[in-house]
Amino acid sequence: MLSRTADSLYWIGRYVERADFLARILEATLRLSSIPSRDGGAEQAWRGAVDSAGVGWAFDATERPANEKTVREYLAFSDDNPSSIRSCLIRARTNARSVRTALTVELWEAINGAWNALGEQGQPARRAEFIDFLGWVKTVTLSVEGAASRTMLRNDAFWFLRLGASIERADNTARLLDVKYHLLLPEGERVGGQLDYFQWTTLLREVSALTAYRWVYRDSVKPWLVADLLVLNRQMPRSLASCQSAIVDHLERLAADYGRRGPSQRIASARLSLLEESSIQAVFQSGLHEYIQDFLDGNNALGQAVAEQYLS
Amino acid sequence: MAFDEMAGVGGPDRVRESYRALAQWLEEAPADLLAARSRQAELFFRRMGITFAVYGEADAAERLIPFDVVPRIISSSEWLELEAGLVQRVTALNLFLKDIYGPQECLKAGIIPPELVLTNPHYRPEMAGKRPPRDVWVHIAGVDLIRTGEDGFYVLEDNARTPSGVSYMLENREMMMRLFPDLFSEYPVRPVETYTDMLLASLKASAPESAGSEPNVVVLTPGPFNSAYYEHSFLADKLGVELVEGSDLYVDDGRVLMRTTEGPQRVDVIYRRVDDDYLDPLAFNPDSALGVPGLMTAYAAGRVTLANAVGTGVADDKAVYTYMPEIIRFFTGEDPILHNVPTWRCREPDALKEVLARLPELVVKEVGGSGGYGMLVGPAATKAEVEQFRAKLQADPAAFIAQPTLQLSTAPTLSGDGLASRHVDLRPFVLTGPQGVEVAPGGLTRVALKEGSLVVNSSQGGGTKDTWVLDA
Repeated sequence: MLSRTADSLYWIGRYVERADFLARILEATLRLSSIPSRDGGAEQAWRGAVDSAGVGWAFDATERPANEKTVREYLAFSDDNPSSIRSCLIRARTNARSVRTALTVELWEAINGAWNALGEQGQPARRAEFIDFLGWVKTVTLSVEGAASRTMLRNDAFWFLRLGASIERADNTARLLDVKYHLLLPEGERVGGQLDYFQWTTLLREVSALTAYRWVYRDSVKPWLVADLLVLNRQMPRSLASCQSAIVDHLERLAADYGRRGPSQRIASARLSLLEESSIQAVFQSGLHEYIQDFLDGNNALGQAVAEQYLS
Repeated sequence: MAFDEMAGVGGPDRVRESYRALAQWLEEAPADLLAARSRQAELFFRRMGITFAVYGEADAAERLIPFDVVPRIISSSEWLELEAGLVQRVTALNLFLKDIYGPQECLKAGIIPPELVLTNPHYRPEMAGKRPPRDVWVHIAGVDLIRTGEDGFYVLEDNARTPSGVSYMLENREMMMRLFPDLFSEYPVRPVETYTDMLLASLKASAPESAGSEPNVVVLTPGPFNSAYYEHSFLADKLGVELVEGSDLYVDDGRVLMRTTEGPQRVDVIYRRVDDDYLDPLAFNPDSALGVPGLMTAYAAGRVTLANAVGTGVADDKAVYTYMPEIIRFFTGEDPILHNVPTWRCREPDALKEVLARLPELVVKEVGGSGGYGMLVGPAATKAEVEQFRAKLQADPAAFIAQPTLQLSTAPTLSGDGLASRHVDLRPFVLTGPQGVEVAPGGLTRVALKEGSLVVNSSQGGGTKDTWVLDA
């Protein structure tokens, strides 16, 4: 396969995953900002959404005030934001168009259909319509993933697509933890106020894990368990451990197809072993923030290794 | 009154033989059936992303080429004549190119003024004395034909560089079979779907001998922003070969290689949809980011096949076109089966004088232009446009040719108010390999959707139709 084709497939995976993540952040934030609060909770919630999305710095640079209107526009529709939902779907489609021949008709239709629909709908002003829009974005991801999984050959094209999605997903969860780690400090060290409970549930909602949490722990929402779910729990598909395991699987399938392992396989396996050997107590002892920072750096390094080994 | 493909020259009651079943079907079809099918087709094309880009239109980066659901029908006897004429013409084009980059017999014999060839902007001195692998020059030609009467087919242009539109020939047929399966039981329509197999076989057969028995073929595209990008990806898909951009290829030790996830892989045949100028920044336009540095060196050494060959643009230059009847006679020893449209060469003072005098009634084209850009259709132009063009023509006469405004034939076409007559042309696709020349039984019928308009180019609001060549 052409390296450029692999690169485009990888980025289709990343962009579609990112669009989905943004939709979830916006949904959770709409909910959090609706909770009555005396201390400017809504404004803080919207500012927090930009941070969760990992574009806080870029948002500030545009000198927009952080409120519902501006943040919704920036994260969902803005063309100046290369990571807005709209930008992600456009880029996914541009990449798809440049590798049409590597996609099944069904996968192309899912991506191109989303792009066509995006052009037809404006920017919904009312909340109800905006929530419909976010719901639609999530169905796009489902149909793209469904089309890929149901119609693609299990060959390198499929593995590059899934590899991109998994690396993006790991990055999203880690960045979310990176900006919210202070909410998850162990009991006794907490500095939070009365909104903490809602903050934790919002965090769980952002990764669609509130129900999952209850099934896994059968307990009220406690910050260290939230951290455990998002970092180490292998049942939780967005946990760092699950994402890393998926990354290893996809890379090993590539290595098997090509009959050769390389630096990215070695880096990925080593990272998975580290995660598997950890406990949440140990993570907190060494510092959750530092732990997440290390994970993000490692994830970037892995992305680089993949790019060098296959995509250029 | 123009000749009508369905009604001929007769009144409204007369229907030409090959159109009888269609005419009856159209008469019996429920009033809104065609419109409904037309909407269905548009929806499908948009979903599949079968689009093209229009240069200079920011808001319409991707548009659909309108598809007309009424087919254009060519009888088997009409086709036999066309086919013979096309084979003859493209055979002559190949021999002409081989000659002008070789012994130049036709120049010595005075068939065509040497300066017209040797100083032509599309003449590539780099190719002088060179022979492409297997001596094939124009692997793919898309010859534009127009019709003015029952027996009057004329060649309007020989597209011998990188003709486009063949994906529409194939997709339009797929669409018609999906929309009107019953009509195909009324007509013995020759299939066009074998085109891509014919093309692949022809490209493989044109590979350099060093390629061995399984040559690696690729399609080279300028990229997703090119107007015909959909077609490039469509063809690569149907051929089952990689669609590459310049940056995917590089030249090492005289070989052309492509970058893959499993390391470099050799490339033997490049079906390139990139103009000569952009092929190799070291040989041609140094600013080109689309090309492959060193490609011309590998090509000159016979290590890779380019389809079409470099330098074929001379053969579809509109000034050289005017000499095609003589070129055909010289190289084949036969009289041309297909005729040229009578053409004034504005480089000749007498011709220029006449053209200037009759400007409002003529069609004037740039000799190197294509796609309907930069031309004047006298009868359709405003007085100011005619005068503007007159100035351009006087400033550089050799850059133009002029032709009478021919009444292109019309064909029934779905318009806003039901069926109406619209002007059409025809672009069949002609393939040349080491074994010979063959024509796909069909082509792209382009239709000027605006009432009375004679400009069929998709960049100028033209649409397409499926073209049915009937079996005997």
